[in-house]
Formats: sequence, C-alpha cells, structure tokens
Amino acid sequence: MEETPHRRRAPTSTRDVERYAGLFAARTGVMRSSAMRDLMAITARPEVISLAGGLPDTSTFPAGAFAAQMTRIAQESTAEALQYGPTEGFAETVDCILEVMGAEGMLPDPDDVIVTTGGQQAIDLIAKTLVDPGDVVICEAPTYPGAVPVFCSYQAETIQIDCDQDGMKIDELETVLARLDGEGRGPKFIYSVPSFQNPAGVTMSLERRRRLVELARRRELLVVEDNPYGLLRFGGEPLPPLYQLDGGDFVIYVGTLSKILSPGIRLGWAVAPPPVMEKIVLGKQASDLCSSTLTQHFVREYFGEGRWREYIAELVEIYRGRRDTMLEALGDHFPAQATWTEPEGGLFIWATLPEYIDTGDLLARALREDVAFVPGQAAYVDESRGRSSMRLNFSGVSDGEIREGVRRIGKAIAEQIELYGALTGEQEAVPEPARGDTAAEEEDAADVLPFRKAGEGSA
Amino acid sequence: MRIAVLKGGDSLERGVSLRSAARIELALTGLGHEAVPVEPGPALVGRLREDRPDLAFVALRGGGEDGTVQELLEILEIPYTGPPAAACARCADRILAKHELRAAGVATPDWFALGEAAFRELGAADALGELEQRLGFPLMVKPSHGGSSLGVGLASSWFEVPAALVSAFVYDERVLLERFVAGAELTVGLLGGEVLGTVEQGVAEVASAAYEALGCAGFAQIALIASGDGPQTIELDPAPDLGESGALPRAAAAAGIGFEQLIGRIVELALSPAGA
Repeated sequence: MEETPHRRRAPTSTRDVERYAGLFAARTGVMRSSAMRDLMAITARPEVISLAGGLPDTSTFPAGAFAAQMTRIAQESTAEALQYGPTEGFAETVDCILEVMGAEGMLPDPDDVIVTTGGQQAIDLIAKTLVDPGDVVICEAPTYPGAVPVFCSYQAETIQIDCDQDGMKIDELETVLARLDGEGRGPKFIYSVPSFQNPAGVTMSLERRRRLVELARRRELLVVEDNPYGLLRFGGEPLPPLYQLDGGDFVIYVGTLSKILSPGIRLGWAVAPPPVMEKIVLGKQASDLCSSTLTQHFVREYFGEGRWREYIAELVEIYRGRRDTMLEALGDHFPAQATWTEPEGGLFIWATLPEYIDTGDLLARALREDVAFVPGQAAYVDESRGRSSMRLNFSGVSDGEIREGVRRIGKAIAEQIELYGALTGEQEAVPEPARGDTAAEEEDAADVLPFRKAGEGSA
Repeated sequence: MRIAVLKGGDSLERGVSLRSAARIELALTGLGHEAVPVEPGPALVGRLREDRPDLAFVALRGGGEDGTVQELLEILEIPYTGPPAAACARCADRILAKHELRAAGVATPDWFALGEAAFRELGAADALGELEQRLGFPLMVKPSHGGSSLGVGLASSWFEVPAALVSAFVYDERVLLERFVAGAELTVGLLGGEVLGTVEQGVAEVASAAYEALGCAGFAQIALIASGDGPQTIELDPAPDLGESGALPRAAAAAGIGFEQLIGRIVELALSPAGA
C-alpha cells in the first residue's frame, strides 16, 4: 500500500462534544452503556476462553475453493462485482436464497425476497418499517440479545413471553394479547426464533408453531420468524418453519448465510408480503442502497459449485461434536442444582443455576479465571430478569477450550454454592430456603425456565 | 504542560475509565496542554520515568481509586489530580470510610462488617439474627471494595441475605451489611473543598464534613441519602466518573462550570501547594 501520512483530525474541543450531545435524538438515550456491557468488553482479552461469542466456525472452509471462486469473479465479472447493485439484491442471489429456503420446505415468490446486510439488518428494517415510538413488540423470554437494542432504538415497548423447552408459551401469548385488547392496543409484530433459539437453544414444538400461525391469521397479526440456525440440526425430526405453515401471508421471514457459510460476507435476507416489502425496500435504499455486490458474486459462485449442502453437513458434524463435548463437560463440572438445555441444533446452550447465584456477578468472578459467558440478563429487556441463567456458545471454540472453559466456570459456581451453604448451613434464626428441592425451586422462580435436567429425558 | 492521563487498566470498570479519559484528554488539549494517554501495567513506572510528565491526571476506576497508583506517583514525585493516596485508600474501603466518618461525627447509616472467613470459620451466620434486630429490613449488602454498584444488593428479608452476600463476596473478602435508609439519593460534587451547584445547606455541610473527615483534596463525589433524620453519608468516590453521564461534571455544569473549565480547575488544584 502506498505510504499515506496520517492526517490527525484537529482536536475536538469539549464544546464540540457538548454541541453534538445537544443534537442527539431521543432514541440514543436508550442506547446507553451499562456496567454489564463494560464487563462484556473485557471478555475480548486474548487470554480469555470466551464461551460468550456467537461465532460460527469458519476455519474449515476450504481455502483453495475460496481462492478459485474469488479468482473467477476477478476474471469474469470485475466491473459488475465492483459496481453498485439493485437494492433488492441480484436475481442470482435470490435464486441461491430460494435454494436454501427450499431445503427447509419453503417456496417463496422471488419478488417477495430482499437481500440484506446480514439478518441483523433485516430485523432493523422490519422494525424501521413497522414500529413507531411506544408501539408494542412481542418476543420470547429470553430473546436474541441482538434484537433488544433494535427494538429499543425504535423506542418500542417490548413485552417478553416466557419459553419452555417447547419454545414460546402460546397460552401466555394469548393472555398478553387479551390484556392488550382490553387496553385498545395490539403488537406491531411478534418476533420469534423458533428453531434452536438464541439464547435458549430450544425449538418451538409443531403444535405451538401451528397455534402461533393460526393465531396470527385469526388476529391478522404479523409474526417475524428469525431462522438463522434451521439447517444446523444435529438430531431429531426437522420441523416446518412458521413461514411454510403460514404460506407467507402473516409471517415475515428473516434468513442469513452467516451461520451456514460466513458472517463476514454480511448476507441475509427478508421475505415479506408485497405491501410490507415495498416499504422495506425504501428503508434499505435509505440505509445502504444495496448489500455488497462483491459478496453476492461470491455467493453465486459458491452455490454454483453445488457443494453447499455438503459444507453444512460438515458444519453440523463439527457442531454436534462440540455440543456433545459441552454437554459432557457440563455434566462433569456444573453442580447438581444446575439445569441446562440440550439443543438439537444451533450454537447455544442455556444453563440455569440456583437462583441465589447472580450470573452477572459470576461473570466478574469467572473473568478472573479468564473465562467468559453471556449473563442471562442480556436476553431480557427488563434487566432484573434472567439473573441466574447464562448463555454458553459451543460452535466457535475448540473441544479443549470448551472443556477447560466449562471446568473454570464450574469451579467458580462451586465456590459460590459452598459459600452459600456456609451462609445458610447451621443457623436456626434464618429459615432454610427451598434449596435441595430443585423441582420446588424451579416452580417458585419466575425466571427459571422449566427445562429438564440434561439426561432426564423428555415427555 | 505535559499531562499523563492514566486510564483503562484491567479493572471491571475499564469502560467507565476510558470514556472519562476520552473527554479529559479533549479538554486538556483544548486548554493547550499535551495529553499523553498512559495505561497502567508492568511498564508503568518505566513509562512515567521516560515521559516525565508535569502532572498525572488519574482517570482510573476500580483499582485506580484505592491509592496504589497515587503512592507510586508520590514515589516518582509526579504531582497528580484528586485526593491524596491516603484519602483514596480510605474512600475506596467502604468499611474503613464508615469508621472514619463515624469517628468524626459525620452521619452515616449503621452497619456491621464481616469477612468471608467469619462465615466459613467462625459461624458468623449464627449471628445474623442479632443483626436483624440491630439493622432491620430491608438492608443493603455491599462489598467493602468495588466501584459503581457492582455486587451491591438490597435484601428485603432473611431469605435474600445469603444470595446478596454471595454476590458481594465476588468483589471483596469483606462485606458490610448496612441499615437501609429511605429517602432521596443525592450526589454532591466537591471541587477544591467547595460544594458544586445549589445544594441544601444541611446536605452541603454533611458533604463537606465527610470530605474533610476522609482527608480529600482536589475533588470528590459524595453519595448521601436525605433521610428523615437528616442527610446520611453513604460513600465517597475519590475518582468519580467524568464521562458524559457522570454526576460530578453535571453538577459542575449546573453551577455554570463547563467541562473544560472543570478540568482546568482540577489541574490547578493538583498543582497548588495546599491541594485544597
């Protein structure tokens, strides 16, 4: 690269800073940093084993194939690959998307598809299109931590519906909708990650999928189905996406290539009925005109080789192994009182500890052992919830790191449990809490998802 | 002047420190000083010897406020901003600070301090019943060291005390159980011994007395509660958050002192012989 002298910007004065601050929109007020986010920043230290990330493994992508694909683009399509593209994305990219959706049984009209800059932009564009300040958005509890700031930045009132091992509780959803009816309000949309949910790792049952879709149709409500992990299934029978059950009238679909190819190419998509799509396209024009044409060319080349299904199969094998390693490590190192989900796919396990352990404080303790996870509160809009749960990632770390990371966290938990025992153990003045009776404890604690302990089987 | 801005570190409050420091560096540059950012670490002493700054602006949080870095700066004979090392050590230790306040007759809520060893080895849990009679519920549980509100919890019944203790013990081996005082939470900023902004006289008097009792100089931020029995001192922060949302810069602004002017004054105070 040509040596360019760095131009240092003239120092900004304090007055400048204050002048900018006076210009900030009200919505930036809800984008504050928190003590928890400061803690998460520390997890980026290189010596930390981070089970906090959500990274897919990109190390096994064949370098030779990547080089050949990029070379072909350079030889055959330099001008086009370096040019702007259509806002909706190239038709060839949409064809690839249809192939991916087809693999899960969905057959959308290509005109209903827009290529976005990652699934995250699709969520942002949908919220931008539908949400005015004060509008209600419904999502799962816990929900994808990355969706919380999106809903906050459009100043939505976010209501979370509890999950269990069969996903969002539809009974509870109906109760909330009835309450909103009474207030003369309704949600702008219901956001769900039905398959291998981030962060809980649970999958919505077929019965609940049907109920959700029927409910949406009956009430003419929009459901936003975010499905980044659907093809990363390690076991069990595939379930139809909400989009397939509904046919695309009341379900807006969000997909991404981040977890099945690469997050670095930033290619996701949304599928929506024409009137909604029209507004989403206008929103995208305003945001970034179009998604990267260069990476769309790469996607076309990659799918053109016809090996994409095998690559996903390879990823599934890797992740299945890592999930098993993590489940085994959890069994070895986490205390008897802990519960965790056994995901049939995806990237995450959600573990819940005795309610007297605050996972935010536990993270502060764990960081001293150079290990990190995501405290459960990140998945709730109300940060007083999820305090005894944690999200653990197994896809972006090696088996050795998983074992060592879980061992270190387990050690920190054991210390806290032992201390709690010393604090409650032999006194008479203090009534005994319901410890030792895990089932009773779970029922009492509102935020403890009633997941079965791993290995107990499911009904 | 060449001013080393000490910031970051690997404390849990690194983020707060970095945000404060970014604004401080801008203000110092605006005032015509040369701001040299310095992160503490094994090379700190060597770095300071080599740089020979005229002054160190201490913008550290959580670990930078317990007097350790200030002691080093005294050894190296580099003047620094904020309270002297001894005052920092007193403020950073909530238990020590409360003893000093009580000894000086400054109002602070009743408390008991206990170490982890007392529970593990001496059966301190058996004495929690007596604590209830003395402090009542709800009560605050706090680690003796630790900035922001990390590890600070409110227990509204016995059931919640052990969990609150488990959280507090993450941050320190000693914790205090403190009587909960109902009332408005107040944050008072002091600059050179003067209370910033319009503060009710009784509150200003208690805040000044607390500042004196702990031997502060330069500036500090004091948290109080306006209870029915008069203002109660909760704690002193010798290295307050000087970021956008920090209480001290906001109090200064309310008093008509812009951020740059505030930083200028802190620098002046650090270099004045009395440090007042």
